[in-house]
Amino acid sequence: MATGVQREVTPKAVSVRGLTRRFDDRAVIEDLDLDIEPGQFVALLGASGCGKSTLLRILADLDRDVSGEVTVPRKRAVGFQAPRLMPWKKVWRNVVLGLPGKPNRERAVAALTEVGLVHRVDVWPKVLSGGEAQRAALARALVREPDLLLLDEPFSALDALTRITARGLVDEVWQRHGCAVLLVTHDVEEALALADRVLVMQDGKIGYDAPVDLDRPRDVTDPEFQRLRAELLARLGVH
Amino acid sequence: MTTTPERARVQPPPSAVDTVTLTSETARKGDRLPRWVLKTISPIVLIALWQLLSSVGVLEDDTLASPWTVVQTAAGMWADGSLQSAVITSVIRVLAGLGVGLVAAVVLATLAGLFRRGEDIIDAPMQMLRTVPVIGLIPLLIIWFGINEEPKIILVGLAVTFPLYMNLYGGIRNVDASLIEAARTLGLGWFGQVRHVILPSAMPQFLIGLRYALGTAWLALVFGETINATSGIGYEMNKAREFFATDIIVVCLALYAILGLVADMIVRGLERGLLSWRPAFSGK
Repeated sequence: MATGVQREVTPKAVSVRGLTRRFDDRAVIEDLDLDIEPGQFVALLGASGCGKSTLLRILADLDRDVSGEVTVPRKRAVGFQAPRLMPWKKVWRNVVLGLPGKPNRERAVAALTEVGLVHRVDVWPKVLSGGEAQRAALARALVREPDLLLLDEPFSALDALTRITARGLVDEVWQRHGCAVLLVTHDVEEALALADRVLVMQDGKIGYDAPVDLDRPRDVTDPEFQRLRAELLARLGVH
Repeated sequence: MTTTPERARVQPPPSAVDTVTLTSETARKGDRLPRWVLKTISPIVLIALWQLLSSVGVLEDDTLASPWTVVQTAAGMWADGSLQSAVITSVIRVLAGLGVGLVAAVVLATLAGLFRRGEDIIDAPMQMLRTVPVIGLIPLLIIWFGINEEPKIILVGLAVTFPLYMNLYGGIRNVDASLIEAARTLGLGWFGQVRHVILPSAMPQFLIGLRYALGTAWLALVFGETINATSGIGYEMNKAREFFATDIIVVCLALYAILGLVADMIVRGLERGLLSWRPAFSGK
C-alpha cells in the first residue's frame, strides 16, 4: 500500500494513535486513540455528525487526508448503508468483483449460499429487494475473508423486520468467520445485541468505551441489557 | 367537512363517500388489437390518402409522384442496378465517417473524462467547435480535400464526433461516486475502476449519443452528396431535380428514411444487449 498505512504484524486488528481529521478548520476527529482486538465485535455509536462515519472511512482507506498513525489489516471489507452493487453486473459477478484472477463463480455461489441468497446468483442487482441487496453486499464483503469488517449503518435503510433478520445474519457470519468488526450505528439496541464492546464518539474522541458482558444470544429483557441501554442513551444525550 | 362548534361527532350520510371502482388495466378495450397492428394503421392511412389525392389529380406528378409511381420507379431503379449502387456508396460513406468520428470521439472523451488535465486541454476547444454548424464547413472541406470521397467522409465524421463526445464525456463524468468508492474498497485499481465502473456506467449515455450521431450522420451525408458528388443517393436525388423527377426524389427520400430506421434498429439492438441490466419504463 502507500503512506500512512504501515506494514507490520501487530497483535491488534486496528491500532490508531493520535488521529486527527480536519474539514477546513474544524477538527471532526482530534487526537483519537483506538485499539481493536482481532475477532472483536465493536459497535461505534454517536450523534449525527460526530465523526463516526469519518473514522470508518479512514479505517477503510477511503480518506488519507489525516494526521496520526493508523494500522489496519491488509484484508478489509466494507459494508455501506446502501448496498452499492454495480447494477451492470449480475449478482455473482458483483460478489467476486475485485478478487484477483478470473471471476470465480463457485466462490461467489458459496458466499451467496452463506447469506441465503443462492437463488439470486444470476439476477441483476436492480431486481433484488433492499434486504436481498444488502445480503449480497455482505456476501461480497465476506468472500474477501477479511480480518476487519467495517459496517457503516448497514441496516438503517431496511424495514424493521428485514433489519432483525439481517442483524441475525451478521451475528452468525461474524461468529463463523471470527473477523474483527467495527459497526457504526445509531441504534443502541442493535449495538448491544451484537457487540462485545461499545464505543461512543464525542468531541472527536472515543468518549466512552465499555465491554458488553452479556451471554449470546442477547436478551432485551435482561436487566443488565436494560441498564447498559439506559447508560448509553444517557451518554448520547437522550434521557 | 362540517365541524360543529361543540365538536360533536357528525355522522355522515351513507352516500357521502365519493368512490371510484378500479378495474384491471389489461382489460382495456384497445388492447384487443395487437400493438403491431395499431402501429401500422396510421402510416397505411397516410399513404392511402396520398394515393387518393394523386389519383383524383389534386397532387400532380410534377409536384409529388403518387405512391404507386414511386414503387414502380423504385422497381425500375432496382432492375437497372442504380438503386443498389447508390445505396452501397452512401452506406460506405456513412460507415467510414462514423468510424472516423467514433474513434476520435471515444479517444477525446475518454481522455477528457478520465483525466483532469485532459479536460483542461480537450474540453474547452470541443465546446467551442461544437457551436460551429458542421454543414457550414463544406466550402472549406472542398478547398482542402477536393470533391472526392474525403470531404464527405470527414463531414460525416465531424457531424458524429460532437454528439458522441458530449454524451460519452457527460456519461463518464456522471458516474456515481459512491460506486467508485465501493470499487476502491473491493481492491480495484484505476484500470479496474475504469473497466468495471466508469465505462459501464457511461454506456447508456454513450448509446444515446450514438443514436443521435446516426441521425446527424445521415443529415451530413445528404448535404455532402447533394453539393458535390458523382454517386450516391444524394447525387441521384440532385440529378432527378433537374428533370422534375419527383418519383426518383421520393424513392431517394424513402431510402434515406429506411437506412436511418435500420441504423436506429441496430442501436436499439445494442441497447437491449448492453443495457439489459436496466429495467426501463416502457410506457403506458
